[in-house]
Amino acid sequence: MSKMLNLKLKIWRQNGPHAQGSFLEVDAHDIPEDASFLEMLDVVNERLIADDVEPVTFGHDCREGICGTCGVMINGQAHGPEKGTATCQLHMRKFNDGDEIVIEPWQATSFPILKDLMVDRRAFDRIVEAGGYISAPTGTAPDANEIPIPKEVADTSMDAAACIGCGACVAACPNSAAQLFTSAKLHHLNTLPQGQPERWKRTEAMVETMEDFFGSCTNHGECHEACPKEISLDFIAFMNKDYVKSKIKNRSLASKR
Amino acid sequence: MTTTARREDTKPARKLPWILEMYRSDVAKKWIMAVSGVILLGYIAAHMLGNMKLYFGAEEINHYGESLRDLGGDLVPRTHLLWIMRIGLTAAFAVHIHAAYSLTRKNLQARGRVRYDEPRQYLAANYASRTMRWSGVIVLLFVVFHLADLTWGWFSDDWVRGDVYANVYNSMDAWPIALIYIAANVALAMHIFHGAWSMFQTLGINNPRYNNARKNFARGIAGLILIGNLSFPLAVQGGLVDLDGHTPGQYNLEYGE
Repeated sequence: MSKMLNLKLKIWRQNGPHAQGSFLEVDAHDIPEDASFLEMLDVVNERLIADDVEPVTFGHDCREGICGTCGVMINGQAHGPEKGTATCQLHMRKFNDGDEIVIEPWQATSFPILKDLMVDRRAFDRIVEAGGYISAPTGTAPDANEIPIPKEVADTSMDAAACIGCGACVAACPNSAAQLFTSAKLHHLNTLPQGQPERWKRTEAMVETMEDFFGSCTNHGECHEACPKEISLDFIAFMNKDYVKSKIKNRSLASKR
Repeated sequence: MTTTARREDTKPARKLPWILEMYRSDVAKKWIMAVSGVILLGYIAAHMLGNMKLYFGAEEINHYGESLRDLGGDLVPRTHLLWIMRIGLTAAFAVHIHAAYSLTRKNLQARGRVRYDEPRQYLAANYASRTMRWSGVIVLLFVVFHLADLTWGWFSDDWVRGDVYANVYNSMDAWPIALIYIAANVALAMHIFHGAWSMFQTLGINNPRYNNARKNFARGIAGLILIGNLSFPLAVQGGLVDLDGHTPGQYNLEYGE
């Protein structure tokens, strides 16, 4: 029998992007400490429904830390106090009996609140659309291992590809900058041989799309601390380098005059 | 699917020169901020080292001050090289401030009105990084004050052009002035501490081999500049620098224009 927790919750409620929001205060009693944070919210919602109160809307999907849907601000920390862990993988045993837990949605102008704790993260889709892909000619699939890739390159690319696009970096950033997300997506493709043909075009397009929506980096490092996949700040440096290099090279202008 | 006004839509028909075109981007603004920051940091370090001549006596520092006007020796007309440096520094200062101003505005806009109830739990951001805007403004105001105090001599009837030693003594002998110098240099050191690390990230100078050294470099350079610059008002206040045996104006006659 697992230990039961009695918690005081303060949950942000808001009907839409332009609605006035307010906090809902709920006493969540008898929460098993083995429950995940989202399961705790499920229990609270069941009780709200039984009391004829509209349940709290929150984003969730895979509940195994790989979809990036569930991010919320827990006590002023993106994805809560556990490092390298998404909200769904955070367990109630990390909290103490009698704790007050403040649950708020991500904060950024480009992440408007859809409802309660759920924000619209489509700005991230616009960034990926701008260049987060490789153009592969159609035809038969190439043979496996046809393109040799050094182990280190595959590893660093994979580390970047671990980004689940949850938006915690933007929420944690005092400037609401999306540099960690964008640089991870860039590094993922820019280090691999398959990503080389479109490397410079991709870098310019994704960075400029990012800048249409988000703030700029002031090198606090909060994003890395908040990231459930512990994406490295190094990728931001590589992105900065590639972007300016691409701008200075001006390859696309060669032979145009 | 939402559509957003992209940068392309707002681009002028005629392209700006590439460096200005590049400056439209936040990442490039940061890059230019880092480059101008390096120039300013180099100046600050040289300025502090040069001022150490204060401890060798009036003859030494007044001669040093005068020889700055003779930079370039017989190769360039007197004070010309100094003026080129002054103009370059002013340009670096201006572009640094403009980039900071426009990025700050953009970042505040991207953040939006902060609705969080729970205060942010900062994990990586330190006091220096969060107060860059304030320390920057303090440094700007201080530079104006410092020029008025010791370069233009607005505040004192005793100010004599060319008598660096006596001017410094007469200025910093008053404790409120000494206090201004101390406070401003603490702000400057904090600004340099975050800036000197930050510039590596922004310029994309990132290599796992020396990444740890970057923070130590920032600590070292900020510490050295802090100690060096604080020593001047403290030495005057502490009586280490005094006017015993100094004839006011004597050096003015010797080195005057």
